[in-house]
Amino acid sequence: MIPSPDDALCAALTRATCRALEQAEIFLPPDVVRALEAARDRETSGIARGEIENILSNIRMAESLRVPICQDTGVPVIYLTLPPGIPLSGTLLDAVAEGVRLATRTIPLRPNVVDPLTRKNTGDNTGPGMPAVHVRHGERLTVTALPKGAGAENMSRVAMMLPTDTGNVARFVAETMLIAGGKPCPPVVLGVGIGGTFDGAAAAAKEALLDPIDTMTEYERGLLDAVNDLCIGPMGLGGKTTALAVKVKGAGCHTASLPVAVNVQCWACRRATVEVEW
Amino acid sequence: MTRIDLSTPLSHEVLMLRAGDHVTLSGTVYTARDEAHLRMREEGIPFDPHGAAIYHCGPVIHEGKIIAAGPTTSARMNALSGFLLEQGVRALIGKGGMSRQVADQMKGRAVYLAFTGGCAALAASRMTLRRVFFEDLGMAEAVYEIDLDHLPLVVGIDAAGNDLFEGVNRNAQARFKKRFSLSREAVP
Repeated sequence: MIPSPDDALCAALTRATCRALEQAEIFLPPDVVRALEAARDRETSGIARGEIENILSNIRMAESLRVPICQDTGVPVIYLTLPPGIPLSGTLLDAVAEGVRLATRTIPLRPNVVDPLTRKNTGDNTGPGMPAVHVRHGERLTVTALPKGAGAENMSRVAMMLPTDTGNVARFVAETMLIAGGKPCPPVVLGVGIGGTFDGAAAAAKEALLDPIDTMTEYERGLLDAVNDLCIGPMGLGGKTTALAVKVKGAGCHTASLPVAVNVQCWACRRATVEVEW
Repeated sequence: MTRIDLSTPLSHEVLMLRAGDHVTLSGTVYTARDEAHLRMREEGIPFDPHGAAIYHCGPVIHEGKIIAAGPTTSARMNALSGFLLEQGVRALIGKGGMSRQVADQMKGRAVYLAFTGGCAALAASRMTLRRVFFEDLGMAEAVYEIDLDHLPLVVGIDAAGNDLFEGVNRNAQARFKKRFSLSREAVP
C-alpha cells in the first residue's frame, strides 16, 4: 500500500518530536549559557563561582559526549504549532507520543512517568495526559520540547491573590524562592503567569519559560531583583545569583480575581524547537 | 581554591572538614534514593556501611554504563538516614542540604557533601559502574555501587553541626522580612 500523506506527516512529526527532545536534553540554549557565564563573572564567593563552574563544565561535557545535561530528563512538555490546513487530530497527538517513546529509547531518557497513585512506571515516558501537549496556531508546523524536571517543578506555586494586591506580586514571587531555597537547583529561571484563570495562570507561567532570557522588561527586572536580594545563591549555598531571569506572561482576568503562578525552572532551562518537514 | 582529596573508606579525616571546604571524593559510593532507603532499613544494607559514602542519585544507565548521574534532593531522605549513620556511613552526598535532625545525627560521625545539582554529565564522566543491588526497584531507585574519580564537592554540613544551607536560609528569611516588612501577606 502506498503511504498516504498523513502517514508521512505523522512519521515526520514523530521524528521531529524526538529531535526536539534530543536537542533540548543535550544542548542548553545559548541565551541560558550566556546568562550562566555572566553570573559566574558576577559572583565573588568561591563557593558560588565553583558551583557555576561545575554547571558550565557539565554543559560542555554533555555537549561533547552527546548525553543529557541532567539525569532528571524530566517529563515531556510539548508545544505544537499548527499552520492553517493541518487540523488537530488524535493521530497527530499519537505521533507526538510516539516521538517521546522513540526519544526515551534512543537518547536515552530516564523513564519518569508513573501512575500518580499506584506509582507504577509506564517505562516509556508516556501515559494518560503525558506527554503534555499544548497546541497553538502559527505559520509553520513546529514542535517545541520543554523537558521539565521534578526538583524545580515541585517548588512551583499558584496563588489566588486579592485584586487589590497587585503591588504584592513581587512578594509572592520572592516568597516562592524563599520556601524553595536550594531545592530547585538555583540559579533558576522563573516563569510567572499573571491573570487568566486558576489553571490559565499556571499554563502562562510555564509558557513564559519558552521566552529567551536575555531580554527582560522593567517589571521583570524588578521581580528578579526581589528574588536575588534573598542571596540564596547557586545551589542554595549563598551568592548573588538566585535567579538568572524572571519572565512574565499575562492574561485578562475576572475583576474580582488576581491569579498568580510561579513556575520554577532549574538552571537547566531546556527548550528546543524543530520544524516538521515532510 | 584549595581542594582536600578524600577517598573511601572514609574515617576520622571527615571530622576535620569544615562547612564550606572544597573536597574531591574518590573510591566507592553507593547510590540510594527514597525506595532504596526504605528497603535497606527493612532488609539490611547490602554492602559494608563502615566508612561508606551514600550518594542521593537516580542515574540513567544504558548498556551497563552510567550516562547521567547528578544528585537528587537530599531533604527527601531526612527521616530515612539515621540508621545509615548509626551503622558507620561517613558521608551523605546530594543536593539542597538536609534537616537539623540529620545534622545532629552526623555530629562527631559524618559529613554532608553537596554536589552541584544537575551536573549529571560531569558526574558520569568521573564514574565507573561496578554492580547493582535491588534492581527490581527500577533504574532510578536501585542501589548502584560506583567507582568515583575525584568528584568535586563542597562540605555542606560538617561533623560539628555547622550547616551552610541553614546559614543561607536564615539570612534569606531576614532579608525577605526586611524588604517586605511593610507589605501584607501575599496569600491572605
